[in-house]
Amino acid sequence: MAAPSSTNNAILTADHINVRFETAEGPVIAVDDVSFDVKQGEFFSVIGPSGCGKSTLFNVIGGLLSHHQGTIKVGGETISEPHKSIGMVFQEESTFPWRTVTDNVAFPLELIGMEKAQRIERAKHFIGMVGLNGFENRYPGELSGGMRQRVSLARTLASEPKILLMDEPFAALDEQTRLLLGDKVLQIQQQLKQTTLLITHNITEAVQMSDRILVMTYRPGKVKRIVDIDLPRPRTSEIVGSDAFGHYVAQIWSDLREEASRGMRDQEKHVMDEGASS
Amino acid sequence: MTAATARRSRSPLPAATGIGALVAFFATMEVLVQSGMVNRFIVPPPSEIFGSFGRVIVEEHVFGRFLQTLTECLTAGVMLTVFGVAGGVLMHRFKLLQQACETWVAALASAPIVLMYPLFLVIYGRSAWTIIMMGFFAALPPVILKTIEGISGTRKVLINVGRSFNLTPSQQFWKILFPSALPTIFVGIRLGLIFALINIVGVEFLINYGGLGQLINDLAERYDLAGTYAAICFVILVSVLFFMALEKVERWLRPVD
Ligand SMILES: Nc1ncnc2c1ncn2[C@@H]1O[C@H](COP(=O)(O)OP(=O)(O)O)[C@@H](O)[C@H]1O
Ligand SMILES: [Mg+2]
Repeated sequence: MAAPSSTNNAILTADHINVRFETAEGPVIAVDDVSFDVKQGEFFSVIGPSGCGKSTLFNVIGGLLSHHQGTIKVGGETISEPHKSIGMVFQEESTFPWRTVTDNVAFPLELIGMEKAQRIERAKHFIGMVGLNGFENRYPGELSGGMRQRVSLARTLASEPKILLMDEPFAALDEQTRLLLGDKVLQIQQQLKQTTLLITHNITEAVQMSDRILVMTYRPGKVKRIVDIDLPRPRTSEIVGSDAFGHYVAQIWSDLREEASRGMRDQEKHVMDEGASS
Repeated sequence: MTAATARRSRSPLPAATGIGALVAFFATMEVLVQSGMVNRFIVPPPSEIFGSFGRVIVEEHVFGRFLQTLTECLTAGVMLTVFGVAGGVLMHRFKLLQQACETWVAALASAPIVLMYPLFLVIYGRSAWTIIMMGFFAALPPVILKTIEGISGTRKVLINVGRSFNLTPSQQFWKILFPSALPTIFVGIRLGLIFALINIVGVEFLINYGGLGQLINDLAERYDLAGTYAAICFVILVSVLFFMALEKVERWLRPVD
């Protein structure tokens, strides 16, 4: 199926990734033989129903999980722990509540020993990029969920990663905020020519932003298809209304619906079994 | 809600209600005692207690004693923070140590350590150190336990953020685990200070040495009930001062939660 097209300009390569978890109900194969590559400057998305193994894949690529089989290569180098070229944005709220917005964003700069005045200046640049000017001295507790997620994004961008890796960064937000933040990410991605790997369960989001979309199956998490999205750039959320957009959404939905309903049946069965056994 | 609105919405009503309730309580006691419904040889009327303040201050050198008790509490408090937090950190770091000791520490928390004062007298003599060490040991468990709880309670995703930035173990601790645990550690220190103060005044009373505890002992033996209660008010003042200072330190270390 989706054999990695070993082109020279691949910056990230996932090669036959397998992950299984031993659980009380026996082994679960979370990721089954997933291979793909991401090219320099590309916006690549992984989409699949919830529980299909997306976060597991995210953790493997980020180097946070090490009991997988197969290899992840960044610029030809096999990684076994978090790699400095990869910047991660997590699905859960991940700002540091004890730091101001500026100090959150300046965190990676502090780690490399940049001096204070300079890192405040740098942090300000990235805070502006995610549109949070004026909130520099606020604490995360004073911000909305969408704003906190932007702080996390700015913090990761401040480390200037070669690859931006995001796990459902907007999943917890309402639809309007999500679309507008999507615009922001697109704008930043185009401005920085940032190589991005986005993990999502949202078809609109994936089609709006991506150059290519990898559709995952549910249990085991395999590669179902990799779809090229041939829409003009620069894009904004306005593209959502176009015919071509609708066509891609319909195509991916037909792939996904089968998987999603299998996932739903599986979870219902699980609940029924638990009900029967108790 | 923003900080600005939080500041604006702070009204004087709660404080006024609190003071009002206190005044009402004293007034009620006054009436009950004066009318003979409460025996004045057990509880002196509040007016008499307040009246005895001058006498207690001038004749009993209450400020010197107050300072002594305060210093003992401060010493025990500093030791508590240093050793309690360090102990908690070590136990979190070395799981074997935690598994081996956590139950014992918890058991120690409920042990009536004050009853061991003869042992401490033997070790430290009839000195302020007996008092400080007893306050310290009685108050150590909550600080250790809350430190462990705070560090273990650090959200997984924050630890993962640290890992994704390739933090060294020491950076992981100082930049993520410790600040994240700080509010819980402060709960432990606050509890510890309560334990320490109770034990310090208790031991002063028992071994008839030093600060406010001894004064209370003296006054009680002289059957100066109003003076006894007045001295107790100074003990309360010590604890109020400590909590105010602690809150300042906490705000300084961690401005907003
Ligand atoms: N640490 C773990 N231990 C056991 N099973 C896990 C663990 N992490 C994930 N799983 C299982 O692996 C599957 C994929 O999970 P996940 O990667 O979180 O999916 P997604 O992010 O797509 O919703 C799920 O069935 C989940 O129950
Ligand atoms: Mg997930």
